Amino acid sequence: MISIIKTIWTVILHMFGKRETVQYPDEKVKLRPRYRGRIILSRDPDGDERCVACYLCSAACPVDCISLQATEDEHGRRYPEFFRINFSRCIYCGLCEEACPTYAIQLTPDFEMSEPERPNLVYEKEDLLISGEGKYPGYHFYKVAGLKIKDKDKGEAENEDEPIDFKKLLP
Amino acid sequence: MINLDWSALTAIGILLGVFTLAPGLIWLERRLLALWQDRYGPNRVGPFGIFQVIADMIKIFFKEDWIPPFADKFVFFIAPGIIMLTVLMSFAVIPIAPGIGVMDINVGVLFFLAMSSLGAYSVVLGGWSSNNKYSLLGGLRAASQMISYEVFMGLSLLGVVAMAGSFNLREIVNAQAGMWNIVPQFFGFVVFTVAGLAEMHRLPFDIPEAESELVAGFHSEYSGMKFGMFFVGEYIGIVLISAVITTFFLGGWHGPFLPPLVWFFIKLFAFICFFILLRASLPRPRFDQLMSWGWKLMLPLAILNLVVTGAVLLAVRQGH
Amino acid sequence: MVTIYIDDKSYEVEKGQNLLQAVLSLGLNLPYFCWHPALGSVGACRQCAVIQYRDEDDKEGNLIMACMQPVQDGMRISIEAAAARKFRASIIEWLMVNHPHDCPVCDEGGECHLQDMTVMTGHNYRKFRFKKRTHRNQYLGPFINHEMNRCIACYRCVRFYRDYAGGKDLQDMASHDYVYFGRSEEGILQSEFSGNLVEVCPTGVFTDKTLKKHYTRKWDLQSAPSVCHHCSLGCNTLVGERYNKAVRILNRYNRRVNGYFMCDRGRFGYEFTNSNKRIRKPIFEGKVEDFDRDSAAAKTSELLKDRSKVIGIGSPRASLEANFALKSMVGEHNFYSGLSARENKLARKILSILRNGPARPASLHDVETADAVFVLGEDLTNTAPMLDLAVKQAIRNKPIDDIQQIHIDRWNDAAIREYLQDEKGPFYLATPSWTKLDEFAAKTYRAAPDDIARLGYAVAHALDESSPAVEGLPDEIKTMAEEIAGALKNARQPVLISGMSMRSEAVIEAAANVARALCRDDRKADIVYTLPECNSMGTAFLGGYDLEKAFEDVENGTADTVIILESDLYRHADKTQVDKFLEKCANLIVVDYLKNRTSEGASAILPAAAFAEGDGTLINNEGRVQRFFQALNPDPILQESWRWIRDIMIKLDDKKAEKWKALDDISDAVLNSLEGINPKIEIAPSANFRINEQKIPRAPMRYSGRTAMYADKSVHEPKPPDDPDSPLSFSMEGFAGPRPSSLISFFWAPGWNSVQSVARYQQEVAGELKGGDPGVRLIEPGDHAKPEYFKTIPDAFKPRQDEFYFVPLYHIFGSEELSNEAEAVSELVPDAYLALNKRSAEKTGVSSRDKVKVSIKDGQISLPVKIMNSLPDNIAGIPVGLPGMNYFELPAFGKIAK
Repeated sequence: MISIIKTIWTVILHMFGKRETVQYPDEKVKLRPRYRGRIILSRDPDGDERCVACYLCSAACPVDCISLQATEDEHGRRYPEFFRINFSRCIYCGLCEEACPTYAIQLTPDFEMSEPERPNLVYEKEDLLISGEGKYPGYHFYKVAGLKIKDKDKGEAENEDEPIDFKKLLP
Repeated sequence: MINLDWSALTAIGILLGVFTLAPGLIWLERRLLALWQDRYGPNRVGPFGIFQVIADMIKIFFKEDWIPPFADKFVFFIAPGIIMLTVLMSFAVIPIAPGIGVMDINVGVLFFLAMSSLGAYSVVLGGWSSNNKYSLLGGLRAASQMISYEVFMGLSLLGVVAMAGSFNLREIVNAQAGMWNIVPQFFGFVVFTVAGLAEMHRLPFDIPEAESELVAGFHSEYSGMKFGMFFVGEYIGIVLISAVITTFFLGGWHGPFLPPLVWFFIKLFAFICFFILLRASLPRPRFDQLMSWGWKLMLPLAILNLVVTGAVLLAVRQGH
Repeated sequence: MVTIYIDDKSYEVEKGQNLLQAVLSLGLNLPYFCWHPALGSVGACRQCAVIQYRDEDDKEGNLIMACMQPVQDGMRISIEAAAARKFRASIIEWLMVNHPHDCPVCDEGGECHLQDMTVMTGHNYRKFRFKKRTHRNQYLGPFINHEMNRCIACYRCVRFYRDYAGGKDLQDMASHDYVYFGRSEEGILQSEFSGNLVEVCPTGVFTDKTLKKHYTRKWDLQSAPSVCHHCSLGCNTLVGERYNKAVRILNRYNRRVNGYFMCDRGRFGYEFTNSNKRIRKPIFEGKVEDFDRDSAAAKTSELLKDRSKVIGIGSPRASLEANFALKSMVGEHNFYSGLSARENKLARKILSILRNGPARPASLHDVETADAVFVLGEDLTNTAPMLDLAVKQAIRNKPIDDIQQIHIDRWNDAAIREYLQDEKGPFYLATPSWTKLDEFAAKTYRAAPDDIARLGYAVAHALDESSPAVEGLPDEIKTMAEEIAGALKNARQPVLISGMSMRSEAVIEAAANVARALCRDDRKADIVYTLPECNSMGTAFLGGYDLEKAFEDVENGTADTVIILESDLYRHADKTQVDKFLEKCANLIVVDYLKNRTSEGASAILPAAAFAEGDGTLINNEGRVQRFFQALNPDPILQESWRWIRDIMIKLDDKKAEKWKALDDISDAVLNSLEGINPKIEIAPSANFRINEQKIPRAPMRYSGRTAMYADKSVHEPKPPDDPDSPLSFSMEGFAGPRPSSLISFFWAPGWNSVQSVARYQQEVAGELKGGDPGVRLIEPGDHAKPEYFKTIPDAFKPRQDEFYFVPLYHIFGSEELSNEAEAVSELVPDAYLALNKRSAEKTGVSSRDKVKVSIKDGQISLPVKIMNSLPDNIAGIPVGLPGMNYFELPAFGKIAK
């Protein structure tokens, strides 16, 4: 009984407390760098798309709002033919970023993306791709992968030996 | 031209008043809750966000009125009407000020109790006809909760009736001219307040709705204006209980300096704010806790209050 | 049964297997790489290490390789012992030392055995500080992508390719950690079974190139159980779909039919469903129309009203339901099977031989377990490729049986191969020309079809005196016949293989005689006949007149309107005849999925669903009736042929058709119409089959992109379409637990994402699927049936002056209609040619690559010469079905002119 009265009293005292509400459009919200907002696709240090279309983000997505199709350029480099995020379904959980093996997909501190029409919330690759490296500068997936791409032959990746001549039996 | 007499005008006035008060309460509640929770509440639409109510009303009128295909259509349709009807009927006996009131009957207390009991049908039928397990559970809870609390709600009023010697609400108010009933009938007041909250399944006793367990309880399947009627019915219920408490325990329109009507509304609003404060601060009890408080605490308390009141009254009268 | 103790728990296991097999059959997890249920154990990868204890008191134990250890009664082992776990983790760590950082761009990712095993052992961090060795890749043809960096040197690829499938051009090269698996020179892989490398390779060295074009992860594929449509064997497959396109075929294990492997035509032929020759809209009078189903059916039905006589031509590549619907529509007397007179006769002859017995129609698995094989007239590699693979296994059986005294278990692959070297069991092959199986045969016989038949009759006579004797047989053939007869007689399970490819009734009868002679003394013999197409056997069951009669009917004017179901008449009849026939038809209605010469001038072409887009039932060469299911949802205008016919029938007020609401209705009607078949058999669970009131999902649980894949068209996610025809759902929703074997739409088990998870669907490793292997055999001849011998022995082949005897030749890639339209397969289709041996070529005065004019009866064609020395004198071979080839009624005499 006493505790109930105490509770009520405490609640009454809150009348005089400081308001927590941020008067949002008039007053901007302070967002931290790791805030999980609008999703972007970043580029590697050479300015090429980082995304290699491995489908891990779409597999990790709990609301299945990421859809893509892998394709390959003439030198064997994988990239997404299309990459679509339906932001009207996205819950900004950040699991896609966790799953991404190449730091391509990143969540940014931006949530101001309301649209009067739902179709406008469907972002294609052109809408997602930014020109920089985002939060993780310096990483270049194809420099560590064994795959041969344009201007990087077999054996030229980090920590790789020259390709073997299999017709030689010498040790 | 229609010849309207004074009583018809007051009746229409009260009806309109209640109807405007209820939506106003929604705004008031949201603002007050925000105030106690360090927020602002609706503050964008119009001055102090007051037009939020209008926006909400427009919205609810245009919402799709959907009846689930698996529901019992007829019962589903009438259930929200019942609560509106019974709550509004109860207002008929409330004496607002001398000369202001819809009707003045000598069994006003019984009429009020009868009407508020009928309200249980609305909830039970709504829950049953939805044909949904959550709704049904909500309806069942509502039935047992309302029936239990009705018992000592009536008992708690008997002390007041005994003191006034009448079932007529105006006479009860007049009997408090010297001293408000809250002082001699403090236990009755406490029991009635709790019972009133439970009867209107108002927070913290919103166990039939209990959104954390039962989605929205008996009105899970309701939408559009049918939901709106449940919603508004609940708010009119708050006004009703506050008005009844004012009448029974706080001396109705009695008070110094200010005109009677103003006194009535001051008391009414104080109580409404108190109810909102309860919502802001108290957690919902478990259903079994609610039932055991009712039968094991409230009922003995109400009976004891009645017995003591009776004894004191007898003693005083014999003393004369 | 013996009892073994694993981690102090006792288990009952079958004797004669190795410990790894036993452990996996029990459903326990033990990682492995080099072992494969079909390839056996070699103990190379050291991954399946467990601790074996001497007895209960032994706490130390020894490390053993589970795959090399036979199960013994009372054996005590531990999988979970710390030492074993640590050992296995360190093995993976070593294997991963050179494995590239490729998973995100690797096509194997998500169904990679190496990924699974790495997770299973718990290795997760590369501590090795030195550089990774790298390899250059090779171009291996249109089917297989090569990425050698990923190799972990388990040797499974060469063991499959060379040892199991008899290929020669893939090999292991270089030494120590430089070891390289590839060809000595870049080039197209020569084996017809190269596609299996995709499934055999535990990592991403060999991946499916056709899938790579529209690459999708396994978890995103919506797949359905299907049946291969590219030959008569009816191998079970899984069709994978993404974004409404068939993107790959995987083998679907069925112990009785295709086991763990399938051929490249079956695996890569599916691409015809994405070909630009597909009919995707109704076409009326050459105009593509944007009709819906109803108006297309209405418009077609108008063509059929007030017609004096409508005839229907069915197809051996259409489902039973489609053929049946057409037969019901036009009536039994106006239904034509879609086969030429000879094909029709041969198919029915085969059916009656199989039905009369007493030899049992053998499944592929029966052929694999046979210990003596006699092939009459069939070039198996090209007409029924999986039989080729089965025969290659069968020829090892007798030598293996013979060495049981040295006590080497059958699964002990390396030891057995070392001991046997090239020893082969009895396998005799009689064909007109060289086949890829020649090198495995004990004896081969090159001759004209009639002579092949005579050899067959002679063998039958040698087995049973009461069978008709062949007059005037040369001595060497007689001796050969006696040798073959002796080998077959001594065999535990002899199998006869013949078929329609020689187009010779005599060959088929001869094979039947041999089988019957073998069965005389209550002994068992198996017989296999191959047929040309996936539902040729079904066509034989359903009946119908031959094409020649249809031509006559139209010529006489008794019929003026023709409905052609999924058939290109030019593949079944002479060009001039078909030309005349099509000209004469007043109305030609075609229901098909591929444009072809027949449909060019049709009044109406209705777009039919190809195998991946619809459901249906096929009967394979063994008489096994099997259901294939829809994997993708095409444009609604594409529907199964039987639905088109039903819709037209309804428009024509035919009451029969109104009952055919879904597949089950018409499928029941088909079974009821077939003579001598129990209509109660269950081909697959019916459409209202549910487990826990749920359908069976086509997509795996981790299927992704559902709320985004069509968001560019509409943000309202479409409801997954209903499937009235099967208990499968078009989504990942449904019952996730064990499902009936005929409804397996993907192989997956917790911890096992690769195809190796098939072990969890089997009653025991390499055994029957849980719930029995799918498919129902319709033909089970009585044991005591003793039918008469065939007596019409053909005369020996007599060459004619200035004429050649033309025999058909077959190509795995090229002789089959549908796979020819598949992008990857079409790269390997050879150009048409005329084959002659060198002597014949010199006699006619032509040399290799010369263009010559071939005339057989009325037909003529101009072809370049190809020297094929294996052909006998005076016999010429022409390839069947290659693009640009015409149909000829073969074998037949004809002329060659410069």
